[in-house]
Amino acid sequence: MSTRTASVLYDATGPKARMRYRAFGLLSLAAIAALLWFVYSRLDEAGQFSPDLWAPFEYAKVQQRIVDGVLETLKVFGLAALFSITLGALLAAGRLSDHRPVRAVCTAVVQFFRAMPLLIMIFALYRAVFGAEPFWALVIGLTLYNGAVQAEIIRSGVNAVPRGQAEAAYALGLRKTSVMTTILVPQAVRSMLPAIIGQLVVTLKDTSLGYIIAFHELLYVGKLIASNTSTPEGYPYIPVVLVIAPIYIGLCLALTALAKWIEARGRRGTNRRTPAAA
Amino acid sequence: MGILFEDGNFALFRDGFLRTVELSAISAVLAMLLGIVLAAFRVSPVPALRAFGTVWVNTFRNTPLTLLFFAVVFGLPRLDVHLEPFTFAVLALSAYSGSFVCEVLRSGINTVPLGQAEAARSLGMNFGQTLGLVILPQAVRAVMGPMSSIFIALPRNSAVAGAFSVPELFNVQATLTDKGYAIFGIFFWIAIAYLIISFGVQQLFSFAEKRLAVAR
Repeated sequence: MSTRTASVLYDATGPKARMRYRAFGLLSLAAIAALLWFVYSRLDEAGQFSPDLWAPFEYAKVQQRIVDGVLETLKVFGLAALFSITLGALLAAGRLSDHRPVRAVCTAVVQFFRAMPLLIMIFALYRAVFGAEPFWALVIGLTLYNGAVQAEIIRSGVNAVPRGQAEAAYALGLRKTSVMTTILVPQAVRSMLPAIIGQLVVTLKDTSLGYIIAFHELLYVGKLIASNTSTPEGYPYIPVVLVIAPIYIGLCLALTALAKWIEARGRRGTNRRTPAAA
Repeated sequence: MGILFEDGNFALFRDGFLRTVELSAISAVLAMLLGIVLAAFRVSPVPALRAFGTVWVNTFRNTPLTLLFFAVVFGLPRLDVHLEPFTFAVLALSAYSGSFVCEVLRSGINTVPLGQAEAARSLGMNFGQTLGLVILPQAVRAVMGPMSSIFIALPRNSAVAGAFSVPELFNVQATLTDKGYAIFGIFFWIAIAYLIISFGVQQLFSFAEKRLAVAR
């Protein structure tokens, strides 16, 4: 795609344009370098690269705490991912139900939880129900919100399966349940997997809301490390951010890469399976 | 349920509501501008700018918003940047949302038919004119749906600002909870406030979509 837009929006370059683009390129390189240098020198001036500030990360205890934080984050993420996909499947089944009351209730639930800020829910759960257990407040809050979103993804996937598939299945005498489970859902899941994993990336990022209810996930652990380590140069907030941010970004990019890989794989498969005109 | 109308809670609540609206509106405008600039970078003929746009977008899209707030609120003061909590919140929110706007715009640019750009170029338009006068206006129309979900998510995301001492709705919820009012009573009113906001944004977008619609 990028090559297409790149070549569509501007002409193949002649000698003059090539010179101009090269000049622009050098100019913007200089600007980017200046920006990076500015950031670096501001950090340096403020003494953020002094060894004192980075020394805490050499202690095995601090490293262990960061690893524990990552593990807690992954634990919350794993449970929330599992529960939210389960809840999403149930709510999607409810929204596709033939019974109007079931449909109405599920629609209301989905719309409500999708419109609520996650933080508001997690905080209310934490203070009202799980005072001593921020872990479950976080997991359940994440489950409710992401479950509602996953339900919409799954539902749109089921609706996007060509109508002939369901009609053919009914014509063969299958009941609604078997049509759903054997015909529609497998196809919907295949086409919606990238979107489902995309939502899982959001779930992973939102585990950091645990920071606000003082749950010991990665970000909160980082804050504790920063605020409890007093060095001659001050508190190492910026080093902590520089250590933690790449961990989050790496985890999210890994999930995104998984989604892209599955997407590419799915395309390869369907190309082989579907005859010329589908 | 009556807590809203007891001892001055209503004023607190109203201020929080207005703060949320103000924060979301300012961040939305900035995110839109940032998104357009980044999208232009990402499709530009200059490789350095393309790479910059890609790195920027991937960094900010994959950083949790809470971490971004943390970095801005605790990091910047250590570089001698001292601003109001509200300004910090605007910075974090618009940097975060801007990269999502960029990606949506870019996918919109990909949907504009090839002939449009070719026609623009054969009229002698340069890159800026082609993008600004021909491609972007059509791209924006094509992505009104995904765009509206970004801007409906923005007020919801702005709740994180409350945890970093901006007196908006989440902050009101926390304050009232600490005062010992019934938690679900508070939740009820806060929920209604957010539903009103997201309904408002939705209406705004469906109005815009109708106004922008072109008969083809």
